[in-house]
Amino acid sequence: MYKIVKARQLADKIYLMDVEAPRTARVCEPGEFVIVKIDETGERIPLTICDYDRENGIVTIVFQIVGASTRKMAALKAGDSFRDFVGPLGKPSEFVHEDLTVLKNKKMLFVAGGVGTAPVYPQVKWLRDRGIDADVIVGAKTKDLLILEEEMKAVAANLYITTDDGSYGQKGMVTDVIKDLVEHQGKQYHVCVAIGPMIMMKFVCLLTKKLNIPTIVSMNPIMVDGTGMCGACRLTVGDEVKFACVDGPEFDGHKVNFDEAMKRQQMYRTEEGRAMLKLKEGDTHHGGCGHCQGD
Amino acid sequence: MDMLKKVPVREQDPKVRAANFEEVCLGYNKEEAMEEALRCLTCKNAKCVKGCPVSIDIPGFVQQVKEGKFEEAANVIAKSSALPAVCGRVCPQESQCEGQCVRGIKGEPVSIGKLERFVADWSRESGFVPEKPEHTNGKKVAVIGSGPAGLTCAGDLAKMGYEVTIFEALHEPGGVLLYGIPEFRLPKEGVVKPEIENVKKLGVTIETNVIIGKSVTIDQLLEEEGFDAVFIGSGAGLPMFMGIPGENANGVFSANEYLTRSNLMKAFREDYDTPIAAGKKVAVVGGGNVAMDAARTALRLGADVHIVYRRSEAELPARAEEVHHAKEEGIIFNLLTNPTEILTDDNGWVKGMRCIRMELGEPDASGRRRPMPVAGSEFVIDVDTVIMSLGTSPNPLISGTTKGLEVNRRKCIVAEEASGKTSKEGVYAGGDAVTGAATVILAMEAGRAGARGIHEYLTKI
Repeated sequence: MYKIVKARQLADKIYLMDVEAPRTARVCEPGEFVIVKIDETGERIPLTICDYDRENGIVTIVFQIVGASTRKMAALKAGDSFRDFVGPLGKPSEFVHEDLTVLKNKKMLFVAGGVGTAPVYPQVKWLRDRGIDADVIVGAKTKDLLILEEEMKAVAANLYITTDDGSYGQKGMVTDVIKDLVEHQGKQYHVCVAIGPMIMMKFVCLLTKKLNIPTIVSMNPIMVDGTGMCGACRLTVGDEVKFACVDGPEFDGHKVNFDEAMKRQQMYRTEEGRAMLKLKEGDTHHGGCGHCQGD
Repeated sequence: MDMLKKVPVREQDPKVRAANFEEVCLGYNKEEAMEEALRCLTCKNAKCVKGCPVSIDIPGFVQQVKEGKFEEAANVIAKSSALPAVCGRVCPQESQCEGQCVRGIKGEPVSIGKLERFVADWSRESGFVPEKPEHTNGKKVAVIGSGPAGLTCAGDLAKMGYEVTIFEALHEPGGVLLYGIPEFRLPKEGVVKPEIENVKKLGVTIETNVIIGKSVTIDQLLEEEGFDAVFIGSGAGLPMFMGIPGENANGVFSANEYLTRSNLMKAFREDYDTPIAAGKKVAVVGGGNVAMDAARTALRLGADVHIVYRRSEAELPARAEEVHHAKEEGIIFNLLTNPTEILTDDNGWVKGMRCIRMELGEPDASGRRRPMPVAGSEFVIDVDTVIMSLGTSPNPLISGTTKGLEVNRRKCIVAEEASGKTSKEGVYAGGDAVTGAATVILAMEAGRAGARGIHEYLTKI
């Protein structure tokens, strides 16, 4: 069992938890992920790592309610436990292995969307700890869905916030901010890291390709085991088929086939939704409605 | 009684079992087992033993069954096998023990597999507990993977007095016995879990949720966690795909994914959260045991199922019993057929599979006749789900993170067959991680060899 030492709601349907997982905390790096399973009947849920405390053996996760298992997870409090917690999985972000002197001369731009802000945070923090500046754009639908603002402010060189409805920060999409920074504010970036909904990553990549900024994205497709065994997470990168769990989750965004990846992500939406509706309605739901969507 | 024929084994009716996940084969009862045992000729130079990868004293245990001494029979088997209830169910007996049986020259061989299963089930139901060694020798061995190779290796080492810890990447121990082989062939609660409990009763510790190569490396186990030796039994690895157009469509799965969802995550049960897109019309591509398991799982989830295999029936690599059961249950076999493209609808879902007919040419490197496409013979099978069951390629997680561990051209770990010894001192390996995908019993044989190799190594130093 993996004890939850802290649990807090960050926004509507978005939760943060500090979990005791010493083996993972000892070795995990930015960019890697974990899989959690709440109980015997729960799903294996892949989550990117938001933070870690090696000394105290703590790993911080952030998740959004999308289905039956994540809904059950949201009800957990400090003192409760996950039945299973395994990691780290995947490969660390590329810069973790780069020469620090080279890295110090790189101008990096991070683009975070929604709950994708969580996996961006440890990357920027890792750089900050080594004295490397990075600009960060955080996008959210609306002010209430913005997460980790204070935390991000503490580690980013410049933080730009944008909301779709203009309720906080700038009004508009993250791509508007990228354009503005590069085209009007004279910013130059050697590399962009974009993590968020697939549709956001797709449009960031379309733009950065035009702007000639190499871009890394973190893919979060459907997974079962997370160790390469099932192949559910396969995606097309360039002309190769890759498994997000062992080859990624980070890939060259200019080579990722997002349209295919987005279609694949829809695969269980109905099934997952059914499981959730069943949970809400108890015995009165007979399934098969085909309308109950996961989120 | 006809001495030329096996005592028939009771099975669930094909029509009934096609709609449930209960075990297909019901096994012998006491009377049936004793009657079948009478057919054994108790050969002095028993060929069946030579056909058994772990060399069970088959005439020895069958003799005890003849006399109704089932506990003694269990003791005879326990000397050679840690997982008899599993092996009695999943070994390819027709090409091993039963394939060598003298009775088989004229008539049917003795039903050795079913007798082994009977003894194992009897001893479990009557509460037979393996003896735990009184003292440990203070030496620690790490076993990676809790499948058949790892469990056998761990069990053997524990009996010799070693302190053994098994590290399992998934949330439950059992490896392929759990995630791969379906409930209707190998019941999890009734058969797999008790066998694992028996290994634990020998003093073996199992730590789940540890991925060697990620959570901790082999070098760390040896240098920081105080292990004196390591056995790698990490299994087969990553599923292969054909590389044909449409293979990433929604509704195309690896057999590993389909079976893991159903077996490990229990997607076939309403009370578990993990979903499975079962499909209404399913094609399973491949002809091995895994293909049969996937096909029969899809059938039980309510689909019409085709097996699509590029060679002919004679070359099907699956156990004869699985093919027979699959046919009885109504699986359609499209033999000498190979997919060329998966057709998709506008939303990215499978709507059919284009195939081409094949004919057999000259024998290839495997000794089997090479399948060649018949020009102009393409046709479309109407399916909404495709399950690829084409084998696996090794997982690089361990080989990529262990200094000095040699792999071969196919990226499998190089290990000596007799001892499991690898190129790295103190590290032994066996099972699918070494050979590529094979059978449960061959993995057990390799686990046993690894235990011997480790014992020899740790006795010397």
